[in-house]
Amino acid sequence: MTVIEIRVELKKGVADPEGKNTKKTVEALGFTGINSVKFVKVFEMDIDAPADKAKEMGEEMCRKLLANPVIQNYTVTVR
Amino acid sequence: MKAEDVKVCVLRIEGTNCEDEMAYAFESVGATAEKVHLKQLTGQAPLEMRRSLEDYDILAFPGGFSAGDYIRAGAIFAARIRSAIGDDVKAFVEAEKPVLGVCNGFQILVELGLLPAKDGSIMDPVPTAALYNNDSARFECRPTLLRNDNNGKCVFTSSMKKKQVVMFPSAHGEGKLLSMDENFVQKLEDNDQVVFRYVAPEGEETKYPWNPNGSPSDIAGICNPAGNVMGLMPHPERVLTRFTHPDWTRGYETEEGDGILIFRSVMEKLLR
Repeated sequence: MTVIEIRVELKKGVADPEGKNTKKTVEALGFTGINSVKFVKVFEMDIDAPADKAKEMGEEMCRKLLANPVIQNYTVTVR
Repeated sequence: MKAEDVKVCVLRIEGTNCEDEMAYAFESVGATAEKVHLKQLTGQAPLEMRRSLEDYDILAFPGGFSAGDYIRAGAIFAARIRSAIGDDVKAFVEAEKPVLGVCNGFQILVELGLLPAKDGSIMDPVPTAALYNNDSARFECRPTLLRNDNNGKCVFTSSMKKKQVVMFPSAHGEGKLLSMDENFVQKLEDNDQVVFRYVAPEGEETKYPWNPNGSPSDIAGICNPAGNVMGLMPHPERVLTRFTHPDWTRGYETEEGDGILIFRSVMEKLLR
């Protein structure tokens, strides 16, 4: 059994309205010094496979579904 | 072929919500439209409900929020199609049968790799474009003006005049067309794949809110290199009669709305 974490984030240069709006709102709540906010999606999966195989599966899932290569990068890490 | 012999498959799964209007739109130009759940095409339905994609002449992806727009808008519907009936859809497109995607349907076509589709390819294995969050970071819902910028390749605008401006309402949160290719717009242009651009009322510069999402070059709809697959963000099926145009009390000679042109175009093409 392996737990993997799949992190899908926007590529550099792609506008991040969710991050931008979150920044604006936390600032409205009085928090200061926020330099940037980035919106990132994380999927955690528990897989019945050894670590290297599970990582490979996660990467294939990203290519096939979880990330759109036009706007998103992904990283898969074994936990 | 008679109009009623044209069979339309309006494909739905959980979360699609414009299938009634889409089916009605095709019915109103004489075709026989059926709302078909994806499971009816994949054999996961009782025998009498099973359908085969090859029995249809037109495939339409309606708008909505398929599978809750989880992961990315249209991504789950596209992945399910690809895994279960990907080859059937590819054969359908290869046979140059018309495929229409509106709003979420457009997002599905892009995620499926059917649009924009590189030269010589029918269905790219990974998406080559993305429909991404509007610049405003909001769901944009309002009448939008579109200009037909296609030079005649697209089967869904074949009976429209070049540069004709129509009103189709927009209602989407993710409609900004993006690509990794710097020359994306130019390539679409060279290939006659640009179908609709957002425009402002005469004399005004096209910018937000007339371009509701910040799409480059104000692109609202595109077709594949063969011209038989079209996707667009605004909804032609919502303006079949003048009564759903915001200015319906003036300037109309008939009861028809602008949206009917899309459905009539493709029917004329098939019945010719």
